[in-house]
Amino acid sequence: MMADQSLSRWSEPGSSRVPFWAYTDAQLYQRELEKIFYGPHWCYVGLEVEIPNLGDFKLSHVGERQVVMVRDRVAPKDRGTDHGIRVVENRCAHRGVRFCQNGQGNARSFVCPYHQWTYKLNGDLAGLPFKDGVKEGDCINGGMPEGFDLKDHGLTKLRVAVLHGLVFATFSEATEPLEDYLGPNVMPWLDRIFKGRQLTLLGYNRQRIPGNWKLMMENIKDPYHPGLLHTWFVTFGLWRADQKSRMVMDEHGRHAVMISRRNEGGQNAAVTEGVTSFKANMALHDDRLLDVAPEAWWKVDDPSNPGTDITPTVTMITLFPSLIIQQQVNSLSTRHIVPRGEGEFDFVWTHFGFSDDTPEMTRRRLRQANLFGPAGFVSADDGEVIEFSQDGFRQGGEGRSTLCELGGTGTEATEHMVTETLIRSMYGYWKKVMTP
Amino acid sequence: MSSATLERLMLQFEIDQLNAAYAAVLDEKRFDAWPEFFLEDGRYTVQARENFDRGLPLALMDLESRGMMKDRVYGITQTIYHGPYYMRHVIAPAQILSVDGDVITAQANYAVFRTKPAGVSEVYNVGRYADEIVRTGEGLKFRRRLCVYDSEMILNSLIYPV
Repeated sequence: MMADQSLSRWSEPGSSRVPFWAYTDAQLYQRELEKIFYGPHWCYVGLEVEIPNLGDFKLSHVGERQVVMVRDRVAPKDRGTDHGIRVVENRCAHRGVRFCQNGQGNARSFVCPYHQWTYKLNGDLAGLPFKDGVKEGDCINGGMPEGFDLKDHGLTKLRVAVLHGLVFATFSEATEPLEDYLGPNVMPWLDRIFKGRQLTLLGYNRQRIPGNWKLMMENIKDPYHPGLLHTWFVTFGLWRADQKSRMVMDEHGRHAVMISRRNEGGQNAAVTEGVTSFKANMALHDDRLLDVAPEAWWKVDDPSNPGTDITPTVTMITLFPSLIIQQQVNSLSTRHIVPRGEGEFDFVWTHFGFSDDTPEMTRRRLRQANLFGPAGFVSADDGEVIEFSQDGFRQGGEGRSTLCELGGTGTEATEHMVTETLIRSMYGYWKKVMTP
Repeated sequence: MSSATLERLMLQFEIDQLNAAYAAVLDEKRFDAWPEFFLEDGRYTVQARENFDRGLPLALMDLESRGMMKDRVYGITQTIYHGPYYMRHVIAPAQILSVDGDVITAQANYAVFRTKPAGVSEVYNVGRYADEIVRTGEGLKFRRRLCVYDSEMILNSLIYPV
């Protein structure tokens, strides 16, 4: 089955019923890589704070392609305009070798171990052995052909954009400027967390989830499940349907922000009756696990209601196709989706704080990290249900689909969380991109 | 055999027995008994080697008291939805690093295999226990157990302590 044909099989109008083959078709997935991850989209590669010094690098991924994010020299005259961050593909221009094998480190240049082709930090080819041949008497043996120009044989260089310390890259020349790509609806929520702040790196968690990559985006565009699947959220009032919330999206419906403000939790028949994950009598033995301290930056001017302010305790930002940014009370992280075929992805969590955090605040952020990640009180079950979803889809059946119609079939922003609108809006965009 | 050697052998035996009992409690899913291996203010941490080696403080699980461990046990048994699985621990003989009065520091390599219903057994989590053990009236207890794991990827989720 060709992928083009398979997309035309999506005969239902709208985007509220996603065919199971959208998660399981291997050829369709190859087209997703080309059109989405290697197409005109900005993909997250890391945080500037991960490479603070000249020559610092780390490996990352755009789609399945491994890239190196590195801090290059910047000429004094360019310091106002050049952030110095380069992203190059980890593949030698000579024979295709993945030349960089360390996950992170510091380098003066990149040298491919196979034939010692040497690249500058910006990906330019600096030189290679025997380029001009080897002299034997009056003869010169071998060497690269006449007309071989170093300039033509650098590493694949990605375009790079840095916003408030977040580093994005794209293979495509057609990608619009990052700020336009993110759009004015989403930007205030990125500003709220990052603008003008120096980050500190707290560390990483990595998990391999046997499900299609889109399921992770859906999970964080789905405000319906947290108060049902996650006991901690419903019982302690961290996320549940009786909270003041807002669902925001960009004009294309591809990015989103789920915004909410915690309440006291406890019993409220409208959202707890019959909910088996709600534990009325649950109390922590050690309540330091939920020792929440409000932070001044939580409160911002409300972008939707000029002249008033808003103080969310949680914002979950999905930046299509591969980044999730989490603020849940004092816990902050980026979560990077690295697809590995249609049925698997790696999920890389980078936890961070701010450089002016007190040691107590750092400790608090680390403690609350127990809620998140592959072992988290609330996040571990997300990976599990994604695996079970993929298992269900794999059972196949032409014409079978999901049913995302909580709150109707439309794709509008809402002032509540009893809706699957953000999932529908993402698939609305996905359909457009994937239709030839 | 000198009495010092005998004492050393005895200590080796006790610590290996402690590790064997610890493994049995987890592998047999007797989770309520797991916090009892620790002091009241004992600490249990599971941390990726990449963070440990670079001095980054983030851990996969970081429990700072027996109370937090009980909260984790409640999570395992009552709140974290997950597919069921068995664990099987294989713990190598401990290497005793120092003995200072009642406090012993030791380390031991471990491998944990995971088996899901109708599934094959998988290598789940591989690493090293770095321990501070205290001799108390109730026997040896962990003041600190730090599990530094080599496994670069958690196989989806890690629900039970290792």
